[in-house]
Amino acid sequence: MLENKLTRRDFIKSSGGAVIIGTLATSSVAISMLAPSNTWALELSKLDENTGKMILHVTRHIFPHKTLDDAVYALVVKDLDAAASADESVYKLLQNGITELNNSAGGDWMVLDTNKQFSLVEAMAGSDFFEKIRSTSIVSLYNNDMAWAHFGYEGPAWSKGGYINRGFQDLDWLPEPPDAASPLKA
Amino acid sequence: MANYKMNDNDVVVIIGSGAGGGTLANELCQQGVGVVLLEAGKRQSTKSFVNNEWESFGQLAWLEPRTTSGSWRVAKDFSGLPAWICKTVGGSTVHWAGASLRLQEHEFHTKTEYGDIDGANLLDWPISLKDLEPYYARAEDKMGVTRTNDIPGLPGNNNFKVMYAGATKLGYKHCHTGRMAINSRPRDGRASCLQLGFCFQGCKTGAKWSTLYTEIPEAEATGKLDLRPESYVLQIQHDKSGKVNGVLYADANGEQHLQKARAVCVAGNSIETPRLLLNSASSMYADGMANSSGQVGQNYMRHMTGSVYATFDKPVSMWRGTTMAGIISDESVHDTKRGFAGGYEMETVSLGLPFMAAFLDPGAWGSKFTEAMDNYRNMAGMWLVGEDLPQESNAVTLHSEQKDQHGMPVPDVHFDDHPNDIAMREHAYQQGSAVYDAVGANKTYRVPPYPSTHNLGTCRMSKYAKDGVCNKYGQTHDIKNLFISDGSQFTTSAAENPTLTIVSLAIRQAEYIAKQLSSKAI
Repeated sequence: MLENKLTRRDFIKSSGGAVIIGTLATSSVAISMLAPSNTWALELSKLDENTGKMILHVTRHIFPHKTLDDAVYALVVKDLDAAASADESVYKLLQNGITELNNSAGGDWMVLDTNKQFSLVEAMAGSDFFEKIRSTSIVSLYNNDMAWAHFGYEGPAWSKGGYINRGFQDLDWLPEPPDAASPLKA
Repeated sequence: MANYKMNDNDVVVIIGSGAGGGTLANELCQQGVGVVLLEAGKRQSTKSFVNNEWESFGQLAWLEPRTTSGSWRVAKDFSGLPAWICKTVGGSTVHWAGASLRLQEHEFHTKTEYGDIDGANLLDWPISLKDLEPYYARAEDKMGVTRTNDIPGLPGNNNFKVMYAGATKLGYKHCHTGRMAINSRPRDGRASCLQLGFCFQGCKTGAKWSTLYTEIPEAEATGKLDLRPESYVLQIQHDKSGKVNGVLYADANGEQHLQKARAVCVAGNSIETPRLLLNSASSMYADGMANSSGQVGQNYMRHMTGSVYATFDKPVSMWRGTTMAGIISDESVHDTKRGFAGGYEMETVSLGLPFMAAFLDPGAWGSKFTEAMDNYRNMAGMWLVGEDLPQESNAVTLHSEQKDQHGMPVPDVHFDDHPNDIAMREHAYQQGSAVYDAVGANKTYRVPPYPSTHNLGTCRMSKYAKDGVCNKYGQTHDIKNLFISDGSQFTTSAAENPTLTIVSLAIRQAEYIAKQLSSKAI
């Protein structure tokens, strides 16, 4: 079920509109188990490809998880693209932010080295552009199956019978509390 | 289920179906009293609850417009969301963690015990622990509280193991898996806990007590309850003599209805309850209903809160199992040597990955934040909850301009921490961090208060009418057939999670109302 959901929702394969394409890093083992293939593609409805790619990289600078795959960061781009589609003012905010970032880089922010890229993003902290990406990311980046697999969070538990027989007491690097403090399970 | 007419003026109308209102409704119905229970939210069920934090938040939370002011950090981090409470049948008993602690004797008499403290509007409760003990006993039995009534404690999860090991190393003596209204064994037709870890999202096993699937169906079975979900109350009305006689509400389609009433009980949680009284101002009650003292909306308390999370070398997987899996109560005493009055509890808490991102350090970004998130699997956590002091200026008031979809002024929630709250939080952060440092934490994180879950005191009970809004039965001093039936009644906040006390007060109030009705006093 999970795989199918991911195929439909997160890995849209399409020939129309701007598309960002990526390949899962070989280190993204947990995510690759969820993904239908190692190649992912994100179709954009409003933003152009270059803007989408830049926002993905800006997001990586704001929330720098070294080993978190681009495929997860692409979900932030996906949600911002949807917001830009629904609201022209969001579209303008993002476009103007990208333009400003390129201008501050003297033309093309993407070609700068990582440290220079970061310092220009940092200089925009607190701006509406930065806050839009940050506040979108705080939900989009951490509220999806791939992020859960990456960080080790196990998500919904009801369908799996909870943790009563699946490790809610499996911590073994500290002494066991006595029964009086923590009775045995019924 | 009953179906009373709008002009039936023999019914008791209860506003809100949570710990106070839902319990009161059942207790009155059991005594043969006809009740119309108005609830702003929809009726969910254990089937419709979802094991997903953001989705559940959208399903259950009270998201009507509110504003905030004051120097508390919630006003900066969540300016439109002062409280994390529910708009659903069952109210916040759907969302609560289940911790069920009795207040301590000295906490009923803080003005006497603590003395005068600058800026604090302290007052002794008009009741003592002795008055409440029989009702605590009934509430614990009703709710199936562990470690009472021969009900075993819950088995501790990994998050508790970390807390317990740290507490023991620090020399704390009172640490166990708590008194929880969560079934450790099947009881009262409800299953035992499967350790899902989604207590805050509505318990899908029904192991956790909630009025949604205990009090309310029991009341319905009497044939005396008329529950009306999606009924958003706008105003309480009164007759020429000043007695309340009806409640105006809007249904799901926005159509307004006036339900006549013999008595009205307000249990909308401590923001909506005073808002409703203030929005019910009339020519007779120019400052709002039951407000001759001027205290309606004042003395808003939210408990001193904060959290400590810590990361370790090895996995904890704190999300597995009950959210509030254990407690340290050594610091709940009143001992001014620590530099503050009152005490606090330390209770395990966990958040799923999505809410951890949202609450760890609201507004944060960068490598310090991502490093904490990278260690999510190796994280343990505790919530700190203690007594905060009433202040007149901490208040729920009506916004001067902003209106809701029905044209009623929205509430503004103003809060400044008292110096006592700040000193207690600092001590609690230190002790919480010390618990984790004692068992080898790599890093500890001081997490600021979440939007308030314990909202208290805005219609407080008092011996004298000039000092508060209601008497020791929650009956308003000004209007004898108008009652306050939720945590708004609290004279002071005490350190403990408030639900058990709200339920106990509701059982006690139901007895009083039934007697008043039968003796025709109201």
